[in-house]
Amino acid sequence: MSKPLLEVKGLTKAFGGVIAVSEVDFHLNEGEIVAVIGPNGAGKTTLFNMITGVLPPTSGQVFFDGKEVTGNQPYQIAKAGITRTFQNLQVFENMSVIENVMTGVHCRLKTGFLQAGLRLMGVKREEQQAFDVAMSCLEKVGIADLAFEAAEVLPYGNQRLLEIARASASSPKLILLDEPMAGLNPQESRQLVDIIKKKREEGMSFLFVEHDMETVMGISDRIVVIDYGKKIAEGTPAEIYENEKVIAAYLGTEEEEEAI
Amino acid sequence: MNHSKVSELYNRHYGGLFLFIAALVIVPFVANSFLLSVLILVGLYGIVTTGLTMLMGYAGQISLGHAAFYGIGAYASAVMTGTYGMPGIVGILVGVAFAGTVAVLIGIPTLKLKENYLALATLGFGIIIFTFFKELKEITGGLNGFFGIPSFNLFGFAFDTDLKFYFLIWALLIVGILFSKNIIDSRVGRALRSIHGSDVAANSIGVNIQQYKLKVFVLSAVYASVAGSLYAHYVTFINPNLFTAMESITFLIMVVIGGSANIWGGMIGAIVYVLLNELLKEVVPMFFPNVGGEFQIVFFGILLVAILIYMPQGLAPTLGKVWRRLAGRKNKKAAVTGPPNADATVGGSKS
Repeated sequence: MSKPLLEVKGLTKAFGGVIAVSEVDFHLNEGEIVAVIGPNGAGKTTLFNMITGVLPPTSGQVFFDGKEVTGNQPYQIAKAGITRTFQNLQVFENMSVIENVMTGVHCRLKTGFLQAGLRLMGVKREEQQAFDVAMSCLEKVGIADLAFEAAEVLPYGNQRLLEIARASASSPKLILLDEPMAGLNPQESRQLVDIIKKKREEGMSFLFVEHDMETVMGISDRIVVIDYGKKIAEGTPAEIYENEKVIAAYLGTEEEEEAI
Repeated sequence: MNHSKVSELYNRHYGGLFLFIAALVIVPFVANSFLLSVLILVGLYGIVTTGLTMLMGYAGQISLGHAAFYGIGAYASAVMTGTYGMPGIVGILVGVAFAGTVAVLIGIPTLKLKENYLALATLGFGIIIFTFFKELKEITGGLNGFFGIPSFNLFGFAFDTDLKFYFLIWALLIVGILFSKNIIDSRVGRALRSIHGSDVAANSIGVNIQQYKLKVFVLSAVYASVAGSLYAHYVTFINPNLFTAMESITFLIMVVIGGSANIWGGMIGAIVYVLLNELLKEVVPMFFPNVGGEFQIVFFGILLVAILIYMPQGLAPTLGKVWRRLAGRKNKKAAVTGPPNADATVGGSKS
């Protein structure tokens, strides 16, 4: 494999005296699907928030596409080519479905206040461009027929698909999915797995946090396991499956898993 | 229906607008001088509330300090034209520059705040500016007010009658609304609305939320300032009490009545507020001869609460539906889609 697309070095986050993430290193190559797993409260979402710029790391570095992006603002990270979805859905409920996705195209367009207000040349073209891109993103996740519905009336599963369409609208190199399967029924989960695989064929990479082990084992190229903020294992699904530490920390608590 | 074009998304037909403009042209010739002066006031407020709708309704940032920008425009024009004898346009531009600069300086720290905190911060800002109007006596005339502001003059054309002024104000309001609508129906508008929808998500897809909040704050300040400048020319006398926190709250009430997520909402709110206010002035003394202006405040307070409970989208979406029915359009998607189509209150006739 070539140079990694995403490289995380010694990433640490302390909230006062509590160390949520401690010295985590891992990388993700272009075109890979990597899962981050770990028991609840292990620091997975904090890790995501540091990579996407929502939280500044206490120490450590994040490199993306050969450049350091540590401590950048989320909108800068998005521009660099990393977008994300959210564990607790964050669709724009005050917009239609297609507008949600058109907003996702934001950083690929240029129209500013004055140009838009005066409707100068180029605005109309950009609008059509945003619309076309958004429509094709909706088609890829299979909800193009709902394009003109208000986003807030969509059922939960479709809102998840909408978030993925929105996150992919700017053609990012990497999409971070925070528990994408949570709340989906088995059929919707399979649909989502297909979408992720298809997008990977188009060259997108994915880093995701997930509790559903079937999905994790099924689609990940590699898995990073975190417990109490520390990386305890990394490897292919088969390796992780065999790993004693992981079994002890995570897979061993099968009943807890069922409850989630 | 073939949803292949972006034109399916945003209503950009202007048939209704032309009808509305035709009505605006006819009205002053059938209205008496009192109604004309009321409509001028409506237009001035409409300019302020249109800017405020962008800030509050679309970007979701509350401001209880816009009377300050209205006042800055008014005093800039008063001083430039009254004290220094400059042309009216200079007063407006100085007001805009001043209000814009103040908005940037105030916006940078306060727009980091959310909801109630932002409301309080802008309220405090309004009170500070009010104090400046009051205390900078050499420039503003203090509480005694500023007298003798000349009528507005643009490139040698004097807007010296109510009729001329009416056309000036309403033309400007329509231009202001169209400018805003163009912004809303674009990348910029979606970015603003995304901040309202979910600021974390907006940020995560590349919207620089601080910058957008600041820009729309400045834009709304500029609208308020321009309206303030023209207001000063219209009334020819201003004093600080015209620009108190109560005035800011009045703007807010208008925006909420009209419908804060609708570009025509600001204007509709201004019409309803001013007309109701005039009506109350007439009607209330007939029943309660001893009550003063306090009664209006109570009434609008109750109205505000009622609208927030029963009509949180304000009057504009309802009026939009009525319009579409009158225009004979099948109101298919508008009902479900809400804001994007609902703002076709006046802007839609062809289908």
